[in-house]
Amino acid sequence: MLKTFRIGGIHPKENKFSAGMAIQTIAIPGEVIIPLSQHIGAPCQPVVKKGDKVKAGTLIGKAVGFVSANIHSSVSGTVVKIDKALDASGYKRDAVFIKVEGDEWEPAVDRSLSLVSECRLTQKEILDKIAAAGIVGMGGATFPTHVKLTPPPGTKAELLIINAVECEPYLTSDHQLMMEKSDEIMVGITIVMKALNVEKAIIGIENNKRDAIEQFRQKAKAYPGITVEALKVQYPQGGEKQLIDALTGRQVPSGALPISVGAVVQNVGSTFAVYEAVQKNKPLVERVVTITGKDVKQPCNILSRVGIPLNNLIAMAGGVPETTGKVISGGPMMGKALASIDIPVTKGTSGVLIVPTLEAKRKAMKDCIRCGKCVDVCPMGLNPTLLMNLTEYEVWDRAEKNGITDCIECGSCSYTCPADRPLLDYIRLGKGKVMGIVRARKN
Amino acid sequence: MSVLITAVATLGAIGAGSAAILYLVSQKFKVEEDPRIQEVQDALPAANCGGCGFPGCASFAAACVKAETLDGLNCPVGGQETMDHVAAILGRKASVSAKKVAVVRCSGTCDERPRLNLYDGASNCAVAAALYGGDTGCSFGCLGLGDCVDSCAFDAIHINPETMLPEVVEDKCTACGACVKACPKDIIELRKVGPKSRRIYVSCVNKDKGAVAKKACNVACIGCTKCQQVCPFEAITIENNLAFIDDDKCRLCRKCVPVCPTNSILELNFPPRKETPPAPKGEEATVTA
Repeated sequence: MLKTFRIGGIHPKENKFSAGMAIQTIAIPGEVIIPLSQHIGAPCQPVVKKGDKVKAGTLIGKAVGFVSANIHSSVSGTVVKIDKALDASGYKRDAVFIKVEGDEWEPAVDRSLSLVSECRLTQKEILDKIAAAGIVGMGGATFPTHVKLTPPPGTKAELLIINAVECEPYLTSDHQLMMEKSDEIMVGITIVMKALNVEKAIIGIENNKRDAIEQFRQKAKAYPGITVEALKVQYPQGGEKQLIDALTGRQVPSGALPISVGAVVQNVGSTFAVYEAVQKNKPLVERVVTITGKDVKQPCNILSRVGIPLNNLIAMAGGVPETTGKVISGGPMMGKALASIDIPVTKGTSGVLIVPTLEAKRKAMKDCIRCGKCVDVCPMGLNPTLLMNLTEYEVWDRAEKNGITDCIECGSCSYTCPADRPLLDYIRLGKGKVMGIVRARKN
Repeated sequence: MSVLITAVATLGAIGAGSAAILYLVSQKFKVEEDPRIQEVQDALPAANCGGCGFPGCASFAAACVKAETLDGLNCPVGGQETMDHVAAILGRKASVSAKKVAVVRCSGTCDERPRLNLYDGASNCAVAAALYGGDTGCSFGCLGLGDCVDSCAFDAIHINPETMLPEVVEDKCTACGACVKACPKDIIELRKVGPKSRRIYVSCVNKDKGAVAKKACNVACIGCTKCQQVCPFEAITIENNLAFIDDDKCRLCRKCVPVCPTNSILELNFPPRKETPPAPKGEEATVTA
C-alpha cells in the first residue's frame, strides 16, 4: 500500500506527453527581458543601468529585505533599458532589457559537466552562497530558498523532504531533470542537509515516475540517511503540508510552518540549483521548462535561460497550434492563464501548457446544489462553497474563522464542482483580503 | 366557577409580579442616552450606505452628537441640507461641503481600446484584477465586470452594454463612495457636481508612458502636459504620466479640453461650443476663451 496524504485530493488525468523527452537547450535570442520580481517578497533593486556591460551570471538585481532573492543576468551583453514589461503576473512590472552579445560567463562560474561531490563549506557559507545565487522554490511558489533553509529561532529541523512529486498533470520538467541529473541532485541533497544540519532526508516521488524511483533508489544506496519513498498518485501531493503528511504522518497545524513538525520541504529543481550554486558558483539563471498540450506538435522539456520569451520556447515545440484556446504558465491545476505569450521565462516557470479551445472554455456558473464534493476533495479540510459565499458577501470575520487563510489554492474544489462554480477564484480573493486584515491587526 | 377565579387570580398575580420586576430592572439598569442622537438619526436619510465612513446612520448620529464640531462629518447622501438640519439640532455650525457625484475615469470603449484576449473567469472585477491587467493592452482601465454596479445601493450606476463601461445616473447618485471602494482599479472618483452639473475631468487613469498608453487605448491620457500649459488656474497636475484636474481650482474655462490630443479630457453638461468644426490649433484658444 503506497503512502499518500489523508484527507481530500483528486486524481486528474495525468497527460504527461513530454515524459522521457530529453532536455534540449534553447538558442539565446537577440534580446532578453529579465523581470526584477521573480519571487515571493520584495522586488529587487536594479544594480545596473543603461549601457552597462554584463556577463552571464552578473548580479543585476539586489535582494531588498529579508524575503527576497537576488537576480542575475542570464546572458552576456549590454543593458538596453530598465522599463516596465508584462510578465506572468499579468501586469507590467520593472524588468531589465539586455541586448545579447556572445555568451560570456562570469569567470567564477564552473560550466564543466564534471560532478563535484565534495563540499567542505560550513553551514553559514552554504547559506550565503545560496542567498547570493538567488535560488527560489522552483516548483512554482518561488519562495526564497535561503529563507526557507534558515529556520526561525527556537525551531530545529530534523528531517529534509525532497519534493519530487510533480503532481501537476502535464508537467515533466522535474521528472526529466531527475532522470538526467540524479548524481548532481543527490549531492545537492547532501548540501541542503548540511545547511539544515539534519541527518535524514526523504525523497518523495509519485508512483507514475517508476524509472525515477528506481534510479534514485540505486543512487541512495551510496548515501546514508537518504531514502526514497514511492507515493500514490494523488493531487495535490506536492503541497508542503500534504507531502509531510504523506511521508511522515505528521500534520502541520493551521497557520504554522512545516518546521513546527520538524520538517523542511525542498523542491527537487531547487536542490539541483543549490548544487550548481554551491559547487559550481552558478547563480540561478536557467531552468527546465516543459512545453506541452494536447495539440502541441512536439511536447518537450527545454533548458531555457531566464528572460527568453515563451514565444521562442513554444516555437521550439512546433509553434502555437491552431486549436489553441488558452495558454497557461505552469500546470493545469495551479498554473495561471496568460494574456500574452511574449512574456519571459522566470525562475518559477515550470511549464507552459497550451489548451485547445474546446477544453479551455469555462462553463457557465450554475447554482450550488450542495452536493459537498468540494468539501470531500479539499486537502486542507475546508468548506470551499462556504468560503466562496463568505467572500462574495464580504463576511471577513467568518471567513477567517473558517480557515480561509489555510487554503493552498490547489483548485481541487473548482475542478470537482458539478455546478462549475469558480470556487477558487473567489477564495483566493478572500484569502488575500483576510491576510491583509490579519497583517493590519498584527501591526 | 372557582376554577376560573383561581386561574385568573393566579395569572393576574404572576403578571403583576413580573411587571413589577420588569419595572424595577428597567429603572435600575436604565441606559442614559442623549435624546439628540435619536433626533439626529431621524434627520438622516436612513440609507445606511456607509458613505459617511460609519457603519450606518445610527453610529453617524452618535458620532455627530459626540463630536465637538461637525468638521469632517458629512452625510454625502443627505448633502448640505441634511447637515444644516443636523447642525440646527445640535446648535452647531455645519461645515460647508460641495455636493459630489461619482465620475468614471475611463473612456476605453470597445472601439477605442481593442480587446486582446478573452476573459471567461468569474464575472467579478476583483477576481479578474487579481489575475491580470485586463483583456486590453491597458492594465489600468475598466474591466467592465460591474463590481461598482453590485456595490451601489441606489441603482445609480450601470454598465452600458455597447461600451462595456459603467455610467453614473447623476440624479440617483448620492456620492456615498461605495463604488469608489468597490473598484479594484481605482477608476471611480467623487468630484464636485459643479454649477449646473458642469464638470471637466481627465477620463483616464493610465500611468504608463505616453507611447505605451496610446498604443493600448486611443483615448488614454499620454501625459503630454498640453493641458497643464494651457490652464490659467494651475488646476492641472501631472504625475506618473497622468493628468489630474483639481476640482477646487478648476474654473471650468474649458481651455484644456480641445488641446488634449487624445480627447481624454471630458466636459459634461456644457452648452455646445459656438464654432462646431474644430479649428486648427492656433485658433482654438480664441474660440474657447
